[in-house]
Amino acid sequence: MTDFTSLGVKDIRDGVAKGDFTAREVATAFNAAVAQAASLNAFIVTTPDHALAAADATDAARSKGETLGKMAGVPIGMKDLFATRGVQTTAASHILEGFIPEYESTVSSNLWAAGAGMLGKLNLDQFAMGSSNETSYFGNVSSPWQKEGSNAPMSPGGSSGGSSTAVAARIAPAATGTDTGGSIRQPAAFTGICGIKPTYGRCSRWGVVAFASSLDQAGPMARSVEDCAIMLEAMAGFDPKDATSLQMDVPNWEAALSGDLSGKKVGIPKEYQMEGTDQAILDSWEQGKAWLKDAGAEIVDISLPHTKYALPAYYIIAPAEASSNLARYDGVRYGLRDLPDGAGLQDMYAETRAAGFGDEVKRRILIGTYVLSAGFYDAYYNQAQKIRTLVSQDFEKAWAQCDVILAPTTPTASFPLGSLDADPLTMYLNDVFAVPASLAGLPAMSVPASLTKDGLPLGLQLVGKPFDEQGVLNAGLAIQQRAGFAAKPEKWW
Amino acid sequence: MSVDKQTVAKIASLARIKMSDEELERMAPELNNILEWVEQLSEVDTSQVAPMTAVIPNILRLRDDVVDADPLTGGGKRDDVLANAPAAEHGFFGVPKVIE
Repeated sequence: MTDFTSLGVKDIRDGVAKGDFTAREVATAFNAAVAQAASLNAFIVTTPDHALAAADATDAARSKGETLGKMAGVPIGMKDLFATRGVQTTAASHILEGFIPEYESTVSSNLWAAGAGMLGKLNLDQFAMGSSNETSYFGNVSSPWQKEGSNAPMSPGGSSGGSSTAVAARIAPAATGTDTGGSIRQPAAFTGICGIKPTYGRCSRWGVVAFASSLDQAGPMARSVEDCAIMLEAMAGFDPKDATSLQMDVPNWEAALSGDLSGKKVGIPKEYQMEGTDQAILDSWEQGKAWLKDAGAEIVDISLPHTKYALPAYYIIAPAEASSNLARYDGVRYGLRDLPDGAGLQDMYAETRAAGFGDEVKRRILIGTYVLSAGFYDAYYNQAQKIRTLVSQDFEKAWAQCDVILAPTTPTASFPLGSLDADPLTMYLNDVFAVPASLAGLPAMSVPASLTKDGLPLGLQLVGKPFDEQGVLNAGLAIQQRAGFAAKPEKWW
Repeated sequence: MSVDKQTVAKIASLARIKMSDEELERMAPELNNILEWVEQLSEVDTSQVAPMTAVIPNILRLRDDVVDADPLTGGGKRDDVLANAPAAEHGFFGVPKVIE
């Protein structure tokens, strides 16, 4: 009998289409795996009936000889940042606890239309603010990976930590993620899976709980480059309901996948050689260059001079947008209301927001409010937006020399839960390699490369030109074919 | 630039987040650490640089000027809009008394 939970998106889609097994068998197996993995805390709510209903619809469509969708028969995990009609959507916050949307996000809607089903809503850092999945109101998510010889719970990365854990633990073949400053790529790297953030505007933001709107982008997380390509095709597309949605056709990324990089130039940014980066990370970067060279690419040194300013600029821009976006949580229209006896409207706002937001969310709202306040706007916010222009121009210049950029995804491998929470700033540094591509709106992907000597996964990052997801996926595929990353976490949950 | 407890209290009030003295004490040094760190941006000469307004060049679209263009989110959705309100009365959002 097939162990369905070992299958990825492509295997399931093709197996169901060929009739090797039914979508219901697959959904049943994953539902059972999800139910059995409660100790990972990857899901906030599970929706086994949704997964089964979608599977039955696929099986029925197949028996009638209808054309099946791109994700037909594939049950997935949905990050709890996407509004799902009739299913609680919390952004892992107390303030949205019990919120049941009356509408469906465009991305999830696209996935259901492509034949996917939902296993449940995945845990994340509260409002996607965090890099370790320790800021969720619903508790930490544990990575399925542990250091060799230790059973200390490790971070699955963040903010898409429920997504990375579910996919790495084989309790979901794939999951949605969102990436504002690395929230798909860093968790993918920490858990030995793939994740791609497409060009800003490829996936609709409509129905995605907003964090920093000029940066937020949805993308797939799965165990292979092919699976990411398939799922991204299903997620992406023009949406008139999102003012920044790209009015472009979605390419057939899966069909054009090729790990042959002959004639391609891969840029190595010297500024990513940062102090404090683990030797293991630098070694894996070297290995990555060798793999891409072996795939036919030419390696060229490039310079992205404003790299060191990207992260501090991000920590002005993202909180500024967050402070504005999160003003909507006021205890009036939806979510939590905290109204002490005899309190007026202003007190109700302040009490509701005090009770409903976690510490990290409050910290970012305060930073954002401060940098946007009169007298500081120019010094902080405007300066950060100018730096963002410079970061973006660095990339534009680099594209004259190369087609795709190779860099590490993170400066370290995963760390034990609770080990970095004393200092918010140390936590922020996790995203130092991920943020520049976010600021420039570029497609970027993490693919698993190797294991550290402690047995923890390391990822390599590929950054591409605007709209060139294909170039990123192809370089990712070239690495995947050569890395032969087959390690999986030993089941302890 | 650094912030003291009073400044943090002022920002928290602007952001409509109630904070205890103890929270303000804890938050002030954390915010200062972050602000000190972002201070390095001031060393970049940006006098000739325009602030970014759109990360990917895009056109601003206007939707068709029709009522209820989207069946799910168009007009006539009062009950759906109120469905998650903590206090909905008579088809309106309920709030504490605002005018004495």
